[in-house]
Amino acid sequence: MQPTAPPDPQTAPPAEPVLLDRAGLQALLDALAARGFDVIGPTLRDGAIVYDRIARIEALPVGWTDRQDAGCYRLERRADAALFGYAVGPQSWKRFLHPPEELLWRARRTADGFAIEAEPPPPAPFAFIGVRACELHAIAIQDRVFLGGAHQDPGYAARRQGAFLVALNCGTAAGTCFCASMGTGPRAEAGFDIALTELIDVDRHDFLAVAGSDAGAALLAVLPTRPAGPEAAAAAEAVVAHTAASMGRQLDTVGLKELLQANPEHPRWDEVAARCLACANCTMVCPTCFCTSVADHTDLTGTEAERVKRWDSCFTADFSYIHGGSVRASGKSRYRQWMTHKLAHWIDQFGTSGCVGCGRCIAWCPVGIDITAEAAAIRATPGKGPHGNA
Amino acid sequence: METLERLLLGHKFLAGIDPAFGRLLVGCARNLRFAPGQYLFREGGPADEFYLIREGRVALELHAPARPPIIIATLGAGELVGASWLVPPYRWGFDARATTDTRAFGLDATCLRAKCDADHHLGYEMMRRLLPVMVRRMQAARQQMLDVYGHTSA
Amino acid sequence: MSARLAPSPADPMRPAPWRVRAVRRETADVATLALEPLEGGVPGFAPGQFNMIYAFGIGEVPVSLSGDPADPTRFVHTVRAVGAASAAIVAAAPGSVLGLRGPFGSAWPVDAAEGHDLLIVAGGLGLAPLRPAIYQVLAASERFGRIAVLYGGRGPAELLFRDELAAWGARADVTVAITVDHADPSWHGHVGVVPALIEHVGFDPANTVALLCGPEVMLRFTATTLRAAGVAAGRIFLSMERNMKCAIGLCGHCQFGADFVCKDGPVLPYDRIAARLAVREI
Repeated sequence: MQPTAPPDPQTAPPAEPVLLDRAGLQALLDALAARGFDVIGPTLRDGAIVYDRIARIEALPVGWTDRQDAGCYRLERRADAALFGYAVGPQSWKRFLHPPEELLWRARRTADGFAIEAEPPPPAPFAFIGVRACELHAIAIQDRVFLGGAHQDPGYAARRQGAFLVALNCGTAAGTCFCASMGTGPRAEAGFDIALTELIDVDRHDFLAVAGSDAGAALLAVLPTRPAGPEAAAAAEAVVAHTAASMGRQLDTVGLKELLQANPEHPRWDEVAARCLACANCTMVCPTCFCTSVADHTDLTGTEAERVKRWDSCFTADFSYIHGGSVRASGKSRYRQWMTHKLAHWIDQFGTSGCVGCGRCIAWCPVGIDITAEAAAIRATPGKGPHGNA
Repeated sequence: METLERLLLGHKFLAGIDPAFGRLLVGCARNLRFAPGQYLFREGGPADEFYLIREGRVALELHAPARPPIIIATLGAGELVGASWLVPPYRWGFDARATTDTRAFGLDATCLRAKCDADHHLGYEMMRRLLPVMVRRMQAARQQMLDVYGHTSA
Repeated sequence: MSARLAPSPADPMRPAPWRVRAVRRETADVATLALEPLEGGVPGFAPGQFNMIYAFGIGEVPVSLSGDPADPTRFVHTVRAVGAASAAIVAAAPGSVLGLRGPFGSAWPVDAAEGHDLLIVAGGLGLAPLRPAIYQVLAASERFGRIAVLYGGRGPAELLFRDELAAWGARADVTVAITVDHADPSWHGHVGVVPALIEHVGFDPANTVALLCGPEVMLRFTATTLRAAGVAAGRIFLSMERNMKCAIGLCGHCQFGADFVCKDGPVLPYDRIAARLAVREI
């Protein structure tokens, strides 16, 4: 194995894909760690594939895959030793870019009121390994939510700006996957620094790598790579094409925004509410759901106070509380709010759907509610007036 | 008489009414003036006249023992006072008290009921004008029952 | 550990300390507070906007500005004690310090209303978010057509700003009408709901702008009455209330259809939200 070119950060990004073997992938992890990144990737824990700190490729879910369906997620052995041979686990990268709990500030009572303490120094930047196309889209969507408006979320901005994204073109689709119908996968098109395609068969175990940024190109340039010939490129194409053809589900998005916005009183909302437990799992696993609440605390003496931001969910009763009660008291109204926001209002607010077709909300719903089936049911019997079946 | 007719037909309640109906109505009408505190009618009394307020303010009240009267609503210029003249046994359900100097037209209910019975076109025209007022009043009363301001914050 | 007093301009979630300069008790549970920043100037604001006010260690609530936008020396807020944080703010003594973020949100279209008849319709505490607009309008009333302030409250004891209402009512350039749902013996004014006042004021429906603030039920019925009178839906503006945590469109709590009330509102045109107002629990 010979490096393709002497490492030279001044050269332009290689237009041509290169190949990394397993050692090359380890070299990628090492190089990111050496550059001060907090390297996060998929690993096996608690019967699921989760994202956590990884140093060695052996920590990846070697030879494991996930079988997913409505209300169902199971790990199974693969016939091979693929490192990324699964679809998506319960977590998404929002866990790191938009963490479940974040200290916003801490303050002390002073003689002259109160003083907010200085911000702690920023933590090491993240490098994410194995970001799927749907997740790249989810990150881009949260970028628009947190950075695209008049006011930006400074914490998110700091974590996001420093992040290095190693994408992975999916080699397998779960039964809950429907990114192909959302136009969000399975190929990583943009928004990454490096994109990998895992090529595994009896003869080889390589990763076809493409740079998506100058930083990605500069890093690839120092790794032990070899040129990817047309055969490897074709093999990578075939991997993605096979995945695209094996999506477990699909969502018809044509006119979906108008359909949902015109049907707030559709009887299907009552039907789904009879099954929905309002447990908020779907919003926790969703890679784009961004809602948070804040909690104010003090110490026992009342001299120190802090404000903590936490993930919140539109499925809780408190979420819409105003003096007198909750605006959305019924489960029906909360499911309607979530799904209509995700698939319809999101487009008005942020220019894209809020759904990337990752299927997590389907797999992790304890009663197996399927957003694609709910949308199809409303499409099957739409109401007539401006308020549908109102 | 011509002046009364012109003034009566200028009242908001009768705006745009067919002059032929106007001539029928004016025969039942008279000009009235109430001093502050004076009652237009009292609960249980015969509903033999109803009122179109020209200026001033009239309070619809209920009286109860050991407390001041409860004002249900106040009515002002352009509004009508009294619906019980339409419904047997033609007895007032509330007290109506002028709270300011008030000028009004009084329309003799017996006279008007007879003319409406004799000319159903007139009767329909009156109902067409009265019913929206009654519906608006009922809706307003329902809104008042809600006590919405107890639940606001800003 | 160095303390920083001013909020970082890059972090809209950090409250800045403001001192309570004066407190006026309006009703049993409502107070108006005048606040001055411990450092820095008073930002400008537009009538209809709100601030997030923080009671140290207790919590933060959105409160509309209720003072004169032309006064560059202070922020004035009128607050009702309905929860732990708002109760602490209402109870704040002169000299004490509260946290403040803002101003946030959309404004009453006061400038755009010039040349039109103007109906300002308030219910309950809803007069407070409208007061800055009233100040601005009355400072240049010649630029408007007929101006009317219609105000409804639960009862005489719950009415806000009665001295000012009387002063405005004494002016020749504005009509003030006040009504209460429940009168007491001291009350000699209107009894009934706010929409019923609309037919008592003169305005040209084809050339009228209406600003509405109050409980949502009152807003709905008032907007319906104005529509029936012929006022265009796009010229009726409502200030909406929803749960707010961040006030900058990032936390999702105030979602109302395709709008975040905190940043797309709180002032929203009726034509944009009329269909939503008819849907329960939206």
